[in-house]
Amino acid sequence: MSTPVQMTPAQASKKPVPVAQKEDAMLLQKEMINRNYHEIATAHDRGKKVAATFVPGNLNELVMCFDFARSLPETNALQNGMRKKSGKMIMDAERDGHSEDVCTYVKADLGAMLGGEIGPTGEPMPHPDLLLLSYTGCFTFMKWFELIRQKYNCETTMLHVPYQGDGKISQNMRDYVVKQIKENVIPSLERVSGVKFDIDRLRQYMKESARAEGDLVQVLQSAKNRPSPIDGYFGAVYYIGPMFTAFRGTKEATEYYRVLRQEIEQRVREGKGPITPEGEMAEEKYRLVVEGPPNWTHFREFWKMFSDEGAVVVSSTYAKVGGVYDFGFRHDPDHPIESLAEYCLGCYTNLNLPQRIDMICKYIDEYQADGLLINSIKSCNSFSAGQLLILREVEKRTGKPAAFIESDLVDPRYFSPANIKNRLESYFQMIKQKRAAAGAVH
Amino acid sequence: MSQTVQQIVERCQALFEDLNFTSVKEWKAAAPGRKAIGFMPVYVPREIIHAAGMLPVGIMGGGDQLEVIQGDAYYQSYICRIPRSTLELGLTGRLDCLDGMLFPSICDVIRNLSGMWQILFKDKYVRYFDVPQNYQDSVGGTYYIHEMQVLRDDIGKLAGKPISDDALRASIRVYNENRRAVHELYQYRAAKPWQAPTSEVYVVLRAGMVLPVEEHTKLVREYIAATDAVARPVRDNARIVLTGAFCEQPPLSLIKSIEMAGCYIVDDDFMLVMRMLTDDVLETGDPLDELSKSFLHRSMQTSSKYDEFKKDKGKYLLDSTKLNAGEGVIFAAPSFCDPALLERPMLQAVLNEHKIPYTAFKYAENTGQMAPIREQAGTFADSIKLWSAA
Ligand code: SF4
Ligand code: SF4
Repeated sequence: MSTPVQMTPAQASKKPVPVAQKEDAMLLQKEMINRNYHEIATAHDRGKKVAATFVPGNLNELVMCFDFARSLPETNALQNGMRKKSGKMIMDAERDGHSEDVCTYVKADLGAMLGGEIGPTGEPMPHPDLLLLSYTGCFTFMKWFELIRQKYNCETTMLHVPYQGDGKISQNMRDYVVKQIKENVIPSLERVSGVKFDIDRLRQYMKESARAEGDLVQVLQSAKNRPSPIDGYFGAVYYIGPMFTAFRGTKEATEYYRVLRQEIEQRVREGKGPITPEGEMAEEKYRLVVEGPPNWTHFREFWKMFSDEGAVVVSSTYAKVGGVYDFGFRHDPDHPIESLAEYCLGCYTNLNLPQRIDMICKYIDEYQADGLLINSIKSCNSFSAGQLLILREVEKRTGKPAAFIESDLVDPRYFSPANIKNRLESYFQMIKQKRAAAGAVH
Repeated sequence: MSQTVQQIVERCQALFEDLNFTSVKEWKAAAPGRKAIGFMPVYVPREIIHAAGMLPVGIMGGGDQLEVIQGDAYYQSYICRIPRSTLELGLTGRLDCLDGMLFPSICDVIRNLSGMWQILFKDKYVRYFDVPQNYQDSVGGTYYIHEMQVLRDDIGKLAGKPISDDALRASIRVYNENRRAVHELYQYRAAKPWQAPTSEVYVVLRAGMVLPVEEHTKLVREYIAATDAVARPVRDNARIVLTGAFCEQPPLSLIKSIEMAGCYIVDDDFMLVMRMLTDDVLETGDPLDELSKSFLHRSMQTSSKYDEFKKDKGKYLLDSTKLNAGEGVIFAAPSFCDPALLERPMLQAVLNEHKIPYTAFKYAENTGQMAPIREQAGTFADSIKLWSAA
């Protein structure tokens, strides 16, 4: 999981997006993403190295200090999912000896490599020169890069980010991550890139990050308005794209978030609802909090099942996989390495179950949601193991109804539209009944 | 009078089958104030629990005799079985005799189970126990020593008095002895697998999950002596190394089926906690420092531990196969087990390079249908014999 989408409005909808306000930010984003793929594709010709890393706990600002082109295999996998290419890649990987039981992101990535990797923009993707194994919040990450290393001999550097088993970050955990960054990660990045580390350059990037993070939070929290001007799940995957991937710390990202925030604030002033693939949502009937990543192979169809019913997702845990910013954390240029450590340790999938439950309950309260919907992803033990307890606990604590659907990230075999639609319909019914019952009491 | 093999194995079998952990309850009842701490696969430094005068208890799931009802309500169909059956054990009160539970860093399922345990068993001590993936003393070592210190402090509090260095050193000694005994058993089985069938060795090892370590060490040695005293027929079986079963355990009938199909298991990765540290931990010096050094530099290779370099991948499996004169490898992995199943292709690539034959299947702890596995293992054993004859 752990993957923000990088998608343009044109891909989200066959129709042109009807409302202009979003366009500037979206165009900017599209440009950035295409440019990044081009940079990866041409890196070697330009004498640059390519680093691959995972979304949660990515050290983008640091990696940029060494002029690497930056590739995120999770994002590549999801892009291939959205382009309906992942099914074949997964099957190719299974034919190559991978179990049908394991995470499909890994298989989509390995399958893509087997097929002589062509990036989502059609350009060939070089093999990475360095696998920066940000081992944050998911066990599978470690195996994933070991598998790539096994096949393609890429150099690998491990950054072990300990899990918040006690629901807090101890000084020991912080020190451990800081030490690894200083003693292992930076020397590897220097060696592979041939560029010397400059901490002031890092500080500069982090200033940009903090600014953009502030704007992203404003955008996500705009969903507290009624109607919500954004969809905090399907829509948010666009918003988190630059922040969670290769752009955090760049001026472009800061600009993107500035423009995006303005656009969203404008929508709030105008009392507008979110833009969906079908155009602007007319009436907000249900406000939901969603836990779990989306399905990418049927992203638009999936979203439509919500928007058709007037359901808007006001907040989602998925929009926090690449960093939890809404409780105050910002990259801190005055303590650059320490704050990188803090960032890695705080990613959503690195939180323990009680923390995740607290966070969801808080969202339901603060965003005045009608309830919780869990999209349980077959691939992802990190997210999925324990979700049924999350559901029970959240229901118990908030008194709001919760529902459970199942799908997969990039394996089209596990998306069953009829089942999901049925579940959603009965869930919306349930919310209605709850409301009617509450109305009758008052 | 010394016990016969049959008596020893029967006793171990009874301990293995007892899902009420009677022996743990009896141990606790034998003296006031005794406490027991459970742990799941794959590794915790049991020395710390022992040094507090407590009993470490390995919880290896519910096996094939436990009916899982409540546990299933907490898990989707695509998640392995051990967390369900472990929850079932907890929710049905079978683990009430444990004063705490440790959830080692092995995968996201057990990791998340630690949080579930915190919610569902609020009155118990619960800890997710992380181990370093960085093997430098000054980096991963420092972190690990701190983590062990937290555990030591917590367990000390639970025990009512801090754990002294001397107590820890004494426990290290006791566990070194156990490691040696277990090592002897593995060596014995590899040398004479017909004398020590894995179906027996397995329950003898499992006894170590519930018995006090001193008693288990004795038991292991008694088993070796007893089985060595009575010669058993030698079969023309294929010698295989079994790998992938380091967490959810296969049912005993599966192990028996593999053996009946014509395989001698000469190495395996069941219950790695006993063999994780591959040789003695230094009994002098700072105890946590020594435990850390052993883990960082002298511990088993298994999927939940990072291999720093490509060339390291599969080294243990390869060495073990050679050292134990293994003729092939059986990959036996729990269904839906990402660690075992993601590791598998990498290990298979290494075996391919060295032309070591292998076969692979999946199981669940409650797999009932043994015929397909018996058939597959039988075909594999036959083909090994054919190759070696050729
Ligand atoms: S298990 Fe989940 S978090 Fe890990 S790589 Fe797969 S989808 Fe991402
Ligand atoms: S069997 Fe595998 S996936 Fe399941 S808990 Fe154990 S290590 Fe994790």
